[in-house]
Amino acid sequence: MQKFSAWSLLREAFRGHQGWKSQWRRAAPKAEYDAVIVGGGGHGLGAAYYLAAEHGLTNIAVVEKGWIGGGNTGRNTTIIRSNYLFDESAALYDHSLKLWENLSQVLNYNVMFSPRGVMMLAHTVHDTQVIKRHVHANRGNGVDNEWLTPEEAKAFCPILNIERNIRYPVLGAALQRRGGTARHDTVAWGYARAADALGVDIIENCEVTGIRRDGAGAVEGLETTRGAIRTRKVGVSAAGHTSVVLGYAGVKLPLESFPLQALVSEPVKPIMPCVVMSNTIHAYMSQSDKGDLVIGAGTDAYNSYTQRGALHINTHTLEAICELFPMVRRLKMMRNWGGIVDVTPDRSPIIAKTPVKGLYVNCGWGTGGFKATPGSAHVFAHTIAHDEPHPINAPFTIERFRDGLLIDEAAAAAVAH
Amino acid sequence: MLIIDCPYCGPRPELEFAHGGQAHVVRPADPSKSSDDEWTEYLYLRLNTRGVYAERWRHARGCGRFFNALRDTTTDHFLATYRAGERPPTVAAPRSAP
Repeated sequence: MQKFSAWSLLREAFRGHQGWKSQWRRAAPKAEYDAVIVGGGGHGLGAAYYLAAEHGLTNIAVVEKGWIGGGNTGRNTTIIRSNYLFDESAALYDHSLKLWENLSQVLNYNVMFSPRGVMMLAHTVHDTQVIKRHVHANRGNGVDNEWLTPEEAKAFCPILNIERNIRYPVLGAALQRRGGTARHDTVAWGYARAADALGVDIIENCEVTGIRRDGAGAVEGLETTRGAIRTRKVGVSAAGHTSVVLGYAGVKLPLESFPLQALVSEPVKPIMPCVVMSNTIHAYMSQSDKGDLVIGAGTDAYNSYTQRGALHINTHTLEAICELFPMVRRLKMMRNWGGIVDVTPDRSPIIAKTPVKGLYVNCGWGTGGFKATPGSAHVFAHTIAHDEPHPINAPFTIERFRDGLLIDEAAAAAVAH
Repeated sequence: MLIIDCPYCGPRPELEFAHGGQAHVVRPADPSKSSDDEWTEYLYLRLNTRGVYAERWRHARGCGRFFNALRDTTTDHFLATYRAGERPPTVAAPRSAP
């Protein structure tokens, strides 16, 4: 792997940048692997990286039906935080946040992690009570979070409107200073490059069309659009299409797939130093380093695989954005897109073994999987390597729905699902 | 925004409707006799089909009644709507989406 350093940048600057090589190989599928990850997003590529780097499994592959990072990894609003309510979630998301903090150094690839602070607004008495409860629960779990008055919130984000005469005035806010954003594409690229350097095959344009099982029912291979691949371990990290892939092995999951939209404005000079989210009026916004305002909208009411959403969903969010940030009212929106998110009944993920031997699944991240990418990948790799969950993902089973052990983060995800 | 053909009121914009999830999910007649797996299936497991999906809608801001629809989840085209209690109609296979 070609290392990035101040020296290599300087050297290439003097040679007209002619010396840079491809960051990963364009691999073709081999006949057999020790393990195959289905889905080349951040979670899948990360799992492959940790399998190779921490568990010594290097004869492995990632198969991706499109191009890597082209699904939800490249479609989200890049918000990173760990202020979840329940102990299980706080452990999982904070594990991830800690990995984010030095991910660029570990991968030798700048993922542009920027802990600029994530502020969640309260607009009603109910919001205030719920958010304060979150602040206390987070602090009890060692996760930083603090309550701000409207004036303190405005001091932290000067473009915020805290007038009392708007429909949903800001009554206060919770601020997680360690939260922030990262550059989404670089997460996929950084993991792909680091995994490739350890020998992992990254196979694009390779859609899984079947899962082969032996007489005892255990996984023995995959059928793909680029031929059959023999393997005894398959880790599915296919986000919105997880139900489809696991359907090939007859596994039914408590998932429904919905379109979730985002949009960006034309780029402007720096106006917003943090991330602001509002559950009640459903708006969240931050500013990318390029200058465009990145805005997250909601899911459609019905399940779908269309990778687009309805216009009235965006309109609803933009009404809220214009009320909270009056100075952006005349900005043009440049692009709008959708991704398909897989939502569980309790809005917590499933990172677990399945009833089929050799088949593992990492899914159900719903509307907020990007923040969890490193932690999710890390514990999923452990689950695949040891055929046992890591202590952090042990509660995130499929069986929790049967056993009544839900991790009910529906309200804690800070967006109205 | 979708235009949805309520079997009672005719075509109306999506904003008048509430989505009710997968159709034809039958509640076990005697839940106390259901196994944990049967009850989990009823409560939580859904087909989440990529393709033609039978689902419930409620004309919440119209007649208020529940009905069912067949929708292609790869295009969001409605193939049919029909009244609650009726069996799903036979429809021609839709043009598949990429």
